[in-house]
Amino acid sequence: MPSAPGEPLLRVEDLRVEFPSEDGVVHAVDGITYQVFAGRTLGIVGESGSGKTVSSLTTLGLTRRQGARISGRILFEGRDLLTLPEEGMRAIRGNEIAMVFQDPLSSLHPLYKVGRQLIEAVRAHRDASKAQARERAVELLGLVGIPDPSRRVDQYPHEFSGGMRQRVMIAMALANEPKLLIADEPTTALDVTVQAQILALLERLQQELGMAIVIITHDLGVVAEMADDIAVMYAGRIVETASAARVFAGPEHPYTWGLLKSIPRLDAPREEDLVPIPGTPPSLIAPPSGCHFHPRCPYAQPSHSEIDPAIEPVPGEPEHHVACLLEHEVRAGLWQELSRGGTPEQALAEVGLAEETV
Amino acid sequence: MSSREQATPLDAFGEPSTGAGSPSAAPAARAGQPLVRVRNLVKHFPITRGIVIQRKVGAVQAVDDVSFEIERGETLGLVGETGCGKSTTARLITRLLEATSGEVSFDGQEITHLRGARLKGFRRQVQMIFQDPYSSLNPRKTIGSIIGEPFAIHRLLREKDARKREIQRLMETVGLNPEHYNRYPHEFSGGQRQRIGVARALALEPKLLIADEPVSALDVSIQAQVLNLLRDLQRRLGLTIVFIAHDLSVVRHMCDRVAVMYLGKIVEIGDSRSLYEFPRHPYTAALLAAVPVADPSLHGSERRLLGGDVPSPANPPSACRFHTRCPKAQALCSQEEPLLEDKGSPIPGQPGTLVACHYPLSREEVAQTGVRSAR
Repeated sequence: MPSAPGEPLLRVEDLRVEFPSEDGVVHAVDGITYQVFAGRTLGIVGESGSGKTVSSLTTLGLTRRQGARISGRILFEGRDLLTLPEEGMRAIRGNEIAMVFQDPLSSLHPLYKVGRQLIEAVRAHRDASKAQARERAVELLGLVGIPDPSRRVDQYPHEFSGGMRQRVMIAMALANEPKLLIADEPTTALDVTVQAQILALLERLQQELGMAIVIITHDLGVVAEMADDIAVMYAGRIVETASAARVFAGPEHPYTWGLLKSIPRLDAPREEDLVPIPGTPPSLIAPPSGCHFHPRCPYAQPSHSEIDPAIEPVPGEPEHHVACLLEHEVRAGLWQELSRGGTPEQALAEVGLAEETV
Repeated sequence: MSSREQATPLDAFGEPSTGAGSPSAAPAARAGQPLVRVRNLVKHFPITRGIVIQRKVGAVQAVDDVSFEIERGETLGLVGETGCGKSTTARLITRLLEATSGEVSFDGQEITHLRGARLKGFRRQVQMIFQDPYSSLNPRKTIGSIIGEPFAIHRLLREKDARKREIQRLMETVGLNPEHYNRYPHEFSGGQRQRIGVARALALEPKLLIADEPVSALDVSIQAQVLNLLRDLQRRLGLTIVFIAHDLSVVRHMCDRVAVMYLGKIVEIGDSRSLYEFPRHPYTAALLAAVPVADPSLHGSERRLLGGDVPSPANPPSACRFHTRCPKAQALCSQEEPLLEDKGSPIPGQPGTLVACHYPLSREEVAQTGVRSAR
């Protein structure tokens, strides 16, 4: 392993991605920092438009051509991918870093046999003969659990079911044994029993191949199953990051609370009411001033529309970072009340958040 | 006219004399009956070959011999994976599709053969909310005219001011600002658009509301808003709802009773609590065990994954359609089709579900599959 123990495989520093548009500049990613270690899984959680996909596409150099303005650093094994020329990027993409997309039907070419597409992926980065590459393609299909791979390799994508197509996509991503696999909503288009199969497959492959995984999803259940660490994104920023266990046991950001309280859970009493997050996600062209979440936050104070919170460690938890202007003690009290089934109003009354005078 | 129709009053779906809010009152005798009774419902879509001369070479058995009832005021969940026939079943009940065979009676009256004015009268009483709030609203019409469309179709509230007042009242009911009456769909977010869809469905005060995946296109934080709205409306207006979804946690949250479908058949149906706590059908248990739970501390607990894919509904397995993937399957399962029946409750004092399985799960087996739902 080239990266020394303790060194992250991927480190994203203060990444900003902006797209100029007719209506103004879209601040898709607004200064995010995170790291991924070899053999571990980072879950990036957020709703549509939170910037989770754009940040990963940028890691692979896929936003360059869209006229995006990019700043910050993306260090992969110490090399800054943002300053790498396109040729160098191409040697990494699909080789050392690979990606699996949400929709396996539109990601596979409908007119080429699955085998040909796999062979292409192998030969793009390796000096292999066609016969060798084909052998590898069959081996890969077997690895991802496709029955009868030597026959299936000669079939077209339409002859595969949705779950099988996603397995083909994973096989293609694994063709060159990447060190980092980015999976963008890999199971969103799939049925729940097939989703369970694909998640189990990713976990098995990670153990066998020792790769790091970044899984992007809106589904808190999926990250709870898969991730070692979690980053919660809102309006282009990371608002909270910690180990998966801490995010679910002691979340610190009101947006994370909102997400946790707004999904019905099989392991919660059925009568429990859902607590939706009021309002809608903000515009990324003119995001709210101060804390981006303040217009939807039940605990926002007048000053929160002016002060922009930095992401800082939670007292006593060096690995747990949160960008929130409330005091840690106040947050702890609010979450305690919420996790007992209280509404935001009840939590506020219990904690007695002092109205600040500005 | 068939003899069946002569037995019931002909004016059941007739045009009402006044206003939107007066569906023909059900005779007292019908009050104790279920609102909808589905008997041996079948829908086969033909598969044809040839361009000029088309010949039938097979059939997709989308819904195959399904029977169930919907009680007044309850929320019935229909769950299952893609292609299991849940949406087709809903479309057969609303007469958006014609059944191949079988009976559907609504409020005591057979509806599979209704035509003309009486079909229109029936449709007033059944309304639908669709999955995609983007494609189900006409982008060139104002919200007011979209919500008012049902009044126009059924020639109700013809007086302009009265209609506008009613539309604005509906907008308020679903949590929209009535002042936005003249806005267009693109000015609303996904969650608000779904509220518009709900308002339109409620306009004619239907007896039955069918919600087909109403929240699956919405973001997590918005889903809860729409779910709470539907639950609130159900309690306030005493609606009868058929709630179709693939998300089992959402269905459990919303529904009193749940029917699980697999390849065009109902494999298990019953009270929500019994079904989620002690599923008897191996498929129900596998579905429940597959749901990822948002709690990492539960992760690692053993659960049994279902292997393989759903077989093609054009060529379903013989007898029990689940036998090719079932961990408990035995010889009998591929020879004799199991009936949907009460196999006794595993919990004393709690009603069991109806299950179509020769070898339903015991309590111990349910625990082994890794089902993790609370009471």
